[in-house]
Amino acid sequence: MTQTIEKSQKRTKKILTGNHAAAHAFRQARVGVISAYPITPQSPVVEKVSEFVATGKMQAKFVRVESEHSALAVCCAASATGSRVGTATSAHGLELMYEMLPWASGNRLPIIINLATRALGAPWSVWTDHQDFMTVRDVGWIQMFCENNQEIYDTNLQAFKIAEDPRVFLPAIVGYDGYILSHTMMPVILEDQEDVDDFLPPLKHHYNLSDISTVKGIDPVTTPHIVHRQEGTAPGYYEYRYSLQKSLENSIEIIKQVHDEFSQKFGRFYGNGIFKTYMTEDADVIIFAMGSVASQARNVVDKLRQKGEKVGLVSLKLFRPFPAEILRNFLKDYRNIIVFDRDIGYGHEGVLCYELKAALYGLQEPPYIKGFIIGLGGRDINDDQIIFGIKKGLKDSKERKFTSQTEFIGLKLDQLKDYDEKTYFDKEG
Amino acid sequence: MDLKEEEFIYPGTRACAGCGMALIYRIALKALGPKTILTVPASCLTVLHGMQGFCSTKLSVLHTPFATTGASASGIVASLDDKGLSDEICVVAFAGDGGTTDIGIQSLSGAAERGTNFIYACYDNEAYMNTGVQRSGSTPLGAFSTTTPMGKDGHKKNMPKILEAHGIPYVATACASYPLDLYEKFQKAREIKGPKYIHILAPCPPGWGYEPKDTIKIGRLAVETGFWPLYEIENGRMTLSRPSKKYSDEQKRKPIKEYLETQKRFKSLDNNTVQNYEQYINDLWSEVNQRLEREQE
Repeated sequence: MTQTIEKSQKRTKKILTGNHAAAHAFRQARVGVISAYPITPQSPVVEKVSEFVATGKMQAKFVRVESEHSALAVCCAASATGSRVGTATSAHGLELMYEMLPWASGNRLPIIINLATRALGAPWSVWTDHQDFMTVRDVGWIQMFCENNQEIYDTNLQAFKIAEDPRVFLPAIVGYDGYILSHTMMPVILEDQEDVDDFLPPLKHHYNLSDISTVKGIDPVTTPHIVHRQEGTAPGYYEYRYSLQKSLENSIEIIKQVHDEFSQKFGRFYGNGIFKTYMTEDADVIIFAMGSVASQARNVVDKLRQKGEKVGLVSLKLFRPFPAEILRNFLKDYRNIIVFDRDIGYGHEGVLCYELKAALYGLQEPPYIKGFIIGLGGRDINDDQIIFGIKKGLKDSKERKFTSQTEFIGLKLDQLKDYDEKTYFDKEG
Repeated sequence: MDLKEEEFIYPGTRACAGCGMALIYRIALKALGPKTILTVPASCLTVLHGMQGFCSTKLSVLHTPFATTGASASGIVASLDDKGLSDEICVVAFAGDGGTTDIGIQSLSGAAERGTNFIYACYDNEAYMNTGVQRSGSTPLGAFSTTTPMGKDGHKKNMPKILEAHGIPYVATACASYPLDLYEKFQKAREIKGPKYIHILAPCPPGWGYEPKDTIKIGRLAVETGFWPLYEIENGRMTLSRPSKKYSDEQKRKPIKEYLETQKRFKSLDNNTVQNYEQYINDLWSEVNQRLEREQE
């Protein structure tokens, strides 16, 4: 503890937006190559990084590319050449990067993307929801989500350490709500550079193309089978995929360790590094949410607790790998869980909701889980909406109501007088 | 001039017999030498490089998705810059014509515009040969491909001209049939700072429909008929390369028919199309000749 206090004198406290907190984390992580393309609401990250590079506050190479697809391609190549790399994007930018996402994870390149979340078109929207974050859930990246600007800074520093751990070697996305965090100022403690360097030593990559004394063929064609030749044995595609999945599964332990190490060193912690809890101990009902939705739900917990209602919150921080076992152990004895998704697994239900249902499958007496869709495309989320969801969920729980029909909170269809699902888009009719 | 004896491709690659690309690659790597990092998108060259766990070259290669060649090279260069190694090590992107003129044009244009210090080589076999001969932006007029069964409408895209418009210090054309010319161009490009672009015609026996033994002959005919002029543009000034010099004179060019007749992909060409080719070649050369005159003044 004394050590922490001593160090704290070398810290600086600044008032920063979420985007600038991410940029400072890149600077202090001594990222060597950055490549990015502007997109709202992420752009201030790369503007700030440009400024750091131009003024010599950061010794990085900034490749100002002509698209996000190229941004991640540059990151992949620079990482394979042995540099610490990072980028930032939102929504359509992330979707344009899509092809390169499994390329980075398949190649085991520890790249960090800061994702200021934004709804996906069409129709156009620049406001937040978590749909972009969710669309990349199956590409083999670690995905974490933040609730405030300090957490963005802290999670970035942890993300590099996790991604570059030789037991992991995986890329990671650090998500935070567009505008709600990306453009909102909050006090953020920036740690002393020496302490950051101590926590995050230089990258020791498994790839380094710049070392031309060893010849490497990175990522040629694999076959469905293992290839045996005189020169040696090469794994098949299937073995590569197995190793990717196992590394993701095993990374949960390392994510926890890195979070613990960070907490001990800097004195800030985020639950167990996997999820954060609020007033869960004696709760009759648990709210399960992420990012801006969870932040709003904290208010609701306070409000309802004042009325004597035993409500608690689990705010998910680690989305991929999905911490099914840890959640299962934690949630198994609760009776009711209300999930608020700022996203949809289109054609099914909210992604957090169905992931959680699957994680709790097979419990003797599983909690009742009710999911709601909320706040898509930046629609304001307020306390009343969350309270409505809790009440409705508890009512459905009592009635043991199970349905695959999604329920949207905060819709204002009543203001569209002519709305009828069957005819609304049938302009001929 | 002598070619280096040292080989940078191991024998026994997976390229087809008579492959123009394999020949180009072999010569180019000799000129580039050991302090080179390669990046290669999906293409016939991926096949030449062989399977995971093995590398067919003595130089490191980073395979990269189709659209990203220019960006991939940019990433390697940026990382070398970060380590202070970019003057020492040459970064070379090697892509096919589809990967260059179609899907990869954006990232190439970006890399060129940013002044990236690298060589971009396009081996042009004039269609998507690796996926089974589908037309590309570089497929010539009237050529059969599996997606142009009646022959392609329109001429091939003039990619060197597009790259020249980026104001880069070095643009050159070359052909698999002229290895010394090719070798010199890569050697020269290696010494120039900034983006360098070399576009190389790569005859392809299965894709063009001719016997593997005729690769050199057919590549030569492309030059001798004036269809594929060999030149360099250094800092905006054009010079004709030795093998193409005499074809400034229309009388010395062989009739284009002699080139077209050697390949099955042009089997169903009618007279109109042949005349179109004659006009195309005349236009091409009058532009070249005018330019050479202008630049001599």
